[in-house]
Amino acid sequence: MIKEAMKTVSDLWSLMVGLKVTGRYFLEPQVTVRYPWKAVDNIDTFKGHLELVPSKDPFKPKCISCGMCALACPSNCLTVVKRKPPKPTPEEEKAQAEAKANGEKVKDKTPKDPEKFIYDYTLCSLCGTCMENCPAGALRFSGNVYQAGYSRNDFLFELVAHMQTKADASPKTEFEPPVAETSEA
Amino acid sequence: MPAEFIHILIALAVVAASVGALGLVMVWVERKVAGHIQRRPGPFEVGPNGLLQPFCDALKLVGKQLFMPNGADPILFWLAPVLSFLPVLVLFLPLPLGDGIMAQNMNLGLLLILAFSGLSVLALLLGGWASNNKYGLLGAARGVAQSVAYEIPLLLAVLAVSFQAGSLNLAEVVKGQGTWPWQWNIMTQPLAFLIYLVSALGETNRAPFDLPEAESELTAGFHTEYSGMGFGLFFLAEYANMAVVCAVATVLFLGGWHGPILPGPLWFVLKVSLLLLLMVFLRWTYPRVRFDQLLNINWKWLLPLAVANLLLTAFFVKFAQYVVVK
Amino acid sequence: MTRYIDTEQTAGDFYTHNFAKKAQEGTLILNLGPQHPSTHGVLRVVVEMDGEYVLRAEPILGYLHRMHEKMAEVKTAAQFIPNMGRVDYLHAMAWNWAFVGAVEKIAGIEVPERAEYVRVITCELNRISSHLLWWGAYLLDLGAFTPIMYAFDDREKLLDALQVPTGSRLTYSYFRIGGVAQDLNDDCLGRIRAFIPWLRSRMPMYKDLVTDNIILRKRIEDIGVIEPELCRRYGATGPVARGSGINYDVRRNEPYGIYSKFDFDIPTSELKCARGRYDVRMAEIEQSLRIIEQALEMMPEGDVLVKGAPKPSWKVPAGESYFAVEGARGKIGVYVVSDGGKNLYRTKLRAPGFCNLSLFGEVSRGTILADAVAILGSLDMVIPEIDR
Ligand code: SF4
Ligand code: SF4
Repeated sequence: MIKEAMKTVSDLWSLMVGLKVTGRYFLEPQVTVRYPWKAVDNIDTFKGHLELVPSKDPFKPKCISCGMCALACPSNCLTVVKRKPPKPTPEEEKAQAEAKANGEKVKDKTPKDPEKFIYDYTLCSLCGTCMENCPAGALRFSGNVYQAGYSRNDFLFELVAHMQTKADASPKTEFEPPVAETSEA
Repeated sequence: MPAEFIHILIALAVVAASVGALGLVMVWVERKVAGHIQRRPGPFEVGPNGLLQPFCDALKLVGKQLFMPNGADPILFWLAPVLSFLPVLVLFLPLPLGDGIMAQNMNLGLLLILAFSGLSVLALLLGGWASNNKYGLLGAARGVAQSVAYEIPLLLAVLAVSFQAGSLNLAEVVKGQGTWPWQWNIMTQPLAFLIYLVSALGETNRAPFDLPEAESELTAGFHTEYSGMGFGLFFLAEYANMAVVCAVATVLFLGGWHGPILPGPLWFVLKVSLLLLLMVFLRWTYPRVRFDQLLNINWKWLLPLAVANLLLTAFFVKFAQYVVVK
Repeated sequence: MTRYIDTEQTAGDFYTHNFAKKAQEGTLILNLGPQHPSTHGVLRVVVEMDGEYVLRAEPILGYLHRMHEKMAEVKTAAQFIPNMGRVDYLHAMAWNWAFVGAVEKIAGIEVPERAEYVRVITCELNRISSHLLWWGAYLLDLGAFTPIMYAFDDREKLLDALQVPTGSRLTYSYFRIGGVAQDLNDDCLGRIRAFIPWLRSRMPMYKDLVTDNIILRKRIEDIGVIEPELCRRYGATGPVARGSGINYDVRRNEPYGIYSKFDFDIPTSELKCARGRYDVRMAEIEQSLRIIEQALEMMPEGDVLVKGAPKPSWKVPAGESYFAVEGARGKIGVYVVSDGGKNLYRTKLRAPGFCNLSLFGEVSRGTILADAVAILGSLDMVIPEIDR
């Protein structure tokens, strides 16, 4: 009987303990960050969409249009458009024909970098397979968490142009949050 | 008596306005407190500290399309929210805010409150029944069983106090208590206070007894099908009901407007807000009880305790009278 | 206008009609889901109710079926890894491991030592995050709103740590055939090291707020009793089986990776009810922390991917293999058949949630609706995993 009563009391006490916990947290500081007004500290490691790595010339990608990435991608979101060989001048044409006739190797004058690099972010699963299989190390994740758009087409990137516009703009201001303050602990 | 009639009408209008305001404030407080318990700020974008958020919510609710499910009973369906809200207005009439400050002094004020608060169950039942929804039906059934059950210990607890005070007039009950906490009824009737609090939670369908709308089981229970202001009225009625039970608790147990230094109405409001805060805290702390447990708590614990308490009170009151007469 | 439509004739679909055929007189057929707050996703349960009592219940699946097994037939093995993160989004690492392990077994690829440790650490962290989420969501089912916020507070720290090597927060595709995609850097290791004592310091709070709470105890004790026999019959594994007293954990019984090197307990409970499963999961969090601690101690330096790791176009040698790992919900098995062609010939995914859910119809019989919901939650389902 006494045991029962003690148990009931301790049961009821457990309710008080619960109230104590919530009461304590009620008074403790909040753990959330007022996001758009304060920066959060965990977005640097996010992958974000793909982008091309520029070579020494910031307007020219490292990419050599080999197409490995497009082949490797499980979701088929990459399309690499190779450049057409430049129209040869008549002399060159003649020289080429001669060389061919002589059994020499024709030097391909086509620039290696892609004309277009189309990337469909809506399909991408951010797996990184393309990046790992690129022989030139020409792809990387942009870490851009602010990619949002009104239509599907906003997620269709032309990565060469994207890289060039990015190179145009000063890289510092590109993906900063609206108000860049340091976050509260 | 047209004068008195007009008086009541004016009082009702004032009450309606203040209930609306109260609802808005309560929504804000609830969300703020819930936020802070959960270590987030709660609403803070609209207005200073999110104070205008409830207005926006209300505006949104008003602006929403009123929608009725196919096969619902149109009259009963729309009657239910109104019926849940209107009686609440009456409940505020006999509440004494301060010495002589009340909408209507009534001899049977307590009885009026108990009688009219029973009507909210009817609204709940109608709402659940008329919406032609199985969840609504289950919620309504739960609501009725729960309210009927919890009304009894509530009544008994209240009765014990009125035995002691010898009156059903709320102002009289308050006048029977003194300025300091040890002169309040809670000191002589602690058990009745506890019983009252628990049954009040049950009566107002607040967590952890929010079974008629238990959203993890019944999606939204009896108001599943209500949209816009239909839902808004239920919502408002819930908060108004909370305020009423807290106010009655203050009057009966916590000395009403009595208190040192500060003016009476302020004390009253302070005590009511503290009780409301407690209710909010309970909601955000505990899991929901199960339905059979809910009824067990009532029939096996609260009811016998309340009856015993009432008998004891009656005995002591008679005994005291006997001694005094002697 | 006909207001009172003949609901008997028009309401419900094939499943409901079929279910209703066996209904008794005067009972209520209720569809819980596919959109319902307590089914966590798009599970649908048709129940026959007599008042508050559940007479029969039948889970209906397929609302989230995404043909993962078929997709495996049109992709090369390496290309299929991202799919594994999407099968069970709460314990993606375990699925990653199960598939990668199966392929490695066929090809006989040895994983570098460090990669093994990285796999264990990330997989166990992911298990904790899954259990934390389950804990919060389960309490939400039981009507407590606050615990999930506290759980998410802790889980957030964990996701931040896992985001460093994986770059994502939920659907990881981090494992590679022959290792993992990236090494754990100092930032990540520091976060993990800080997380272990932090979570330990939080556990008493969880206990005070929830585990000891009388309302919760009354809610989950003695409901949904699953006899060990029933577990065996339906093939239930993981915390569901261990909560019924079956001491079976793939990490211990059929050790894979380097789990045999660690010292950890397999928590079991003899209670057999929802409470038992709850206890097992809470204890497992602590055991996972222990494993991570030891792994961090013992982790050697080195590569995390074998030299010459398979390219996406790599053809899996002909053969078949089965690889099982212990996921947060039970035994995850992947059976792979390769005919040496470009794509895998057949991939079969064994989802623990599917077996665990199958119990539900039998266990929920005769319970109150609120209990049925509590039982459903205690089975810890992830619908995408069940439907695949
Ligand atoms: S990250 Fe994966 S899905 Fe996205 S483009 Fe690269 S390979 Fe394709
Ligand atoms: S990005 Fe890399 S893999 Fe893709 S085409 Fe360019 S060089 Fe080849």
